[in-house]
Amino acid sequence: MSAKSRMKASRINDFVIRLANVNGTGSASANGLLMKTIFRMGVPVMGKNFFPSNIQGLPTWYEIRVTKDKHLARSGEIDIMVAMNAETYQQDLKSLSPGGVFLYDSTWPRHSVVNRQDVTILGVPLAKMCNEHFSNARARILMKNMAYVGALASLLELDREVIEDAVNRTFATKQALLQANMDAIELGANYASEHFDCPLPTRVEPMDGTAGKIMIDGNTASALGCLFAGATVGAWYPITPSTSLMDAFKAFCERYRIDRETGTRNYCIVQAEDELAAIGIVLGATWNGARAFTPTSGPGLSLMSEFVGYAYFAELPAVLFDVQRVGPSTGMPTRTQQADILSAAYASHGDTRHVLLFPANPNECFELSVAAFDLADRLQTPVIVMLDLDIGMNDWMCDDLEWDDRYRPDRGKVLSAGELESAESFYRYLDVDGDGIPYRTYPGVGRKGAYFVRGSGHNKYGGYTEDADEYQEVVDRLVRKWETAATLVPEPIVQRRKSAEWGIVSVGSCDYAVAEAVEVLARKGIHLSYMRIKAFPFSEAVTGFLHQHKRIFVVEQNRDAQLKSLLTLETDYPKERMESILHYSGLPIDRRCVVEAIEASVARGEAA
Amino acid sequence: MTFIAKPKIVHKGLSRNALGLTIRDYEGGMSTLCAGCGHDSVTSAIVQAFFELDIAPHEVAKLSGIGCSSKTPAYFLDASHGFNAVHGRMPSIATGASAANRKLYLIGVSGDGDSLSIGLGQFSHALRRNLDMLYIIENNGVYGLTKGQFSASADVGTKAKKGEVNEQQPIDPVQMAMAQGGTFVARGFSGDKDQLVPLIKAGIKHKGFGLIDVLSPCVTFNDHEDSTKSYAYTRRFFHPAVHADFVPPAEEIKAAYDDGEVMPVEMHDGSKILLRKVSEQYSVHNRGHALDFIRAHHRRGEIITGLLYIDEAEPDMHGISRTPDEPLSQVPFGELCPGSDAMKGLQERFR
Repeated sequence: MSAKSRMKASRINDFVIRLANVNGTGSASANGLLMKTIFRMGVPVMGKNFFPSNIQGLPTWYEIRVTKDKHLARSGEIDIMVAMNAETYQQDLKSLSPGGVFLYDSTWPRHSVVNRQDVTILGVPLAKMCNEHFSNARARILMKNMAYVGALASLLELDREVIEDAVNRTFATKQALLQANMDAIELGANYASEHFDCPLPTRVEPMDGTAGKIMIDGNTASALGCLFAGATVGAWYPITPSTSLMDAFKAFCERYRIDRETGTRNYCIVQAEDELAAIGIVLGATWNGARAFTPTSGPGLSLMSEFVGYAYFAELPAVLFDVQRVGPSTGMPTRTQQADILSAAYASHGDTRHVLLFPANPNECFELSVAAFDLADRLQTPVIVMLDLDIGMNDWMCDDLEWDDRYRPDRGKVLSAGELESAESFYRYLDVDGDGIPYRTYPGVGRKGAYFVRGSGHNKYGGYTEDADEYQEVVDRLVRKWETAATLVPEPIVQRRKSAEWGIVSVGSCDYAVAEAVEVLARKGIHLSYMRIKAFPFSEAVTGFLHQHKRIFVVEQNRDAQLKSLLTLETDYPKERMESILHYSGLPIDRRCVVEAIEASVARGEAA
Repeated sequence: MTFIAKPKIVHKGLSRNALGLTIRDYEGGMSTLCAGCGHDSVTSAIVQAFFELDIAPHEVAKLSGIGCSSKTPAYFLDASHGFNAVHGRMPSIATGASAANRKLYLIGVSGDGDSLSIGLGQFSHALRRNLDMLYIIENNGVYGLTKGQFSASADVGTKAKKGEVNEQQPIDPVQMAMAQGGTFVARGFSGDKDQLVPLIKAGIKHKGFGLIDVLSPCVTFNDHEDSTKSYAYTRRFFHPAVHADFVPPAEEIKAAYDDGEVMPVEMHDGSKILLRKVSEQYSVHNRGHALDFIRAHHRRGEIITGLLYIDEAEPDMHGISRTPDEPLSQVPFGELCPGSDAMKGLQERFR
């Protein structure tokens, strides 16, 4: 039976390829090239990298969804499996959807293992071809990847010129590598067209779906936010999956912040001894009027907690990026989760609450990181931008990033030397304006502005205190400041469906999966309104949406329903009317799990 | 850290420095430490040093961590901004402060608990970055605020007030700094203000991390017989190796010194430290030799004091980071933000 007849009906520009590789074999660049090629053919595409916490030798997968309708989450299906890791053949074959294609390296035929009736098995002798063509041992391994890209080029009818252009850009300065890569693509492409019925019904057709779009990861977009917001001090301790944020910031600073004549740098990046110090460096810098930030992940946030509570109480701005990974403890450092929501919201001992921002795509990573600096300065408190590994490290297709030159940073209530001079008096923690936000001064401004920053008890004048009333007056004002914060943070994104009695609430990287699920369910007659929360504290709009619905599904990527807990604690919506849909395996959430959970709930009659 | 405001009485006869300020302008709140605490003597030496250096108090930021020593910034320079950090983590605050505003004079006061246990890592890394600050450790071998536990600097064989004997090796911040590449390493004694004031002045003017370990006895928990950090013990075994006199820029060297006995060291702003050797064999520019000398005397139970090592040539954190002379916090936004054209140009990279 030919591949064509066994496969489902024609699936042009709407299918999923998963590539199973061994890490450290150079597959990442081949897979990236494959995705870029589809993108440059004008076809919307999603790419997710599932990689191990390891440098070489462990299984790694890359998933590409070709999606003409711009559904940029995982669908839950796999239509084509490129199996390059014999260790995972069985698992990979099993995960392939019925009617799918299984392409593997048939240099070593594995008929007993690679055996399933409802899929098409395609064997390409990749290792054999590369061993014959290349003499160098490393090239023989690396070029197998480009050879399967070549095979896919024929099978999926990828534009060879676009591929070759991509190879040219990558290896422009390395002529020998350029030729080897081209040869490998040719080997794979020729083998496929000679041995299989190319193209497959599942294939790529050029379209005009990516104009005005880029492919960028959230860490890079966040780093651009820091650059454009005018951050000058960055402190960090390397931790997956946040490391590439500071790498990107450094690279952008080297391009835009170095004086060409003098070589001086308008930035100071400190690779600290640990996260305890990284957050301290940020606070020391913001105390002195610089915009400063630190990127980290869950374990780092745990270590930073003491200083985060200090900044809350002493009222210092700070911007933190928590690129969440799988916990608890060390967890799975290279897998994604949204499991720091509660620990970030209430980080540190004592009564503390922190402003959280939840970007759902790279555009928002950029916008919300700029907003984070403004909010931190305005509110004089830490603001934590809650990314996760999926947004932070995967390349997402999104709109071009834009910058409005009219932007001016909001540095909040800071008294200049002149203002201090004309003021009758200055007291650090007085609520002069009634919004709970006091005035502050930077060191060096003059003796009238001097005060002591301390995490110990202080009164509204900034003096040390152990007096019950004086202490309580200050912490009560912090509550008023929190209420002000709820009016300043970004509003949720709401899509109302007329007469929908049920709502879905979600956050961050769940967005595309939920949005697609809402569409799929609507086609099945299940109508839901959708609210994506962008910030904590919850504004009135968040509470309002909840109350407009009889029942709320809360979709999030952790085991313990942390967003639902936060909604229970911080709004008056009855918790028994909220139902959780949880995805916490470490892989990015897919549309299917949301659809199935809601259908099941409807079937049980619970949602109705 | 203090409940009592210190009355500011300025006597007419009080001398004024070049800024027209009296020593009262450099004082802080009333100390709430125990009567006779060594730390109060260090506070008064700090007050005198800043007064004599003609530094305006608002150009100084004072920092500390947690502990008795860390309370002291409240007792000096009340016209300076202050920062009382969490335990052991003042060096990171100082790092950020310096990164943002390199024009400030930073003075950190810490203790042996704050710097040598919970804060050992941060202390070590501030040293490694050659952070431009004066870092004073008020070292008394004991945790005062929690009532008398040994600290990491307690000597082997020293006895706690309740009789317990310490058997663990001490961490000596001076030897550590010396071995780790510290660029200004000094040791003083709270009971010897004549030695301490010039050390503090030189440490403030040093461009880089100026460490002064000040033996500062705890009168309440560690001043008894059989303690190696008591006043009596320190006075008995304290050996100045090098005496330092600080000479401000453009001031003539007036005191009479014999040739060969005095070595001037030029500081970054043109001021000088005149080093007078007390011990003939000592070399203040030879790290290995200085360390051997300190160790040999330490084995005999002797405490070597003075400016023990100085290197004015090593770049500080800003030198290494190539930051501009103006504080980063004062660079105009227009110079920091690349703008919309740059953003447009960047998009092609992501297609």
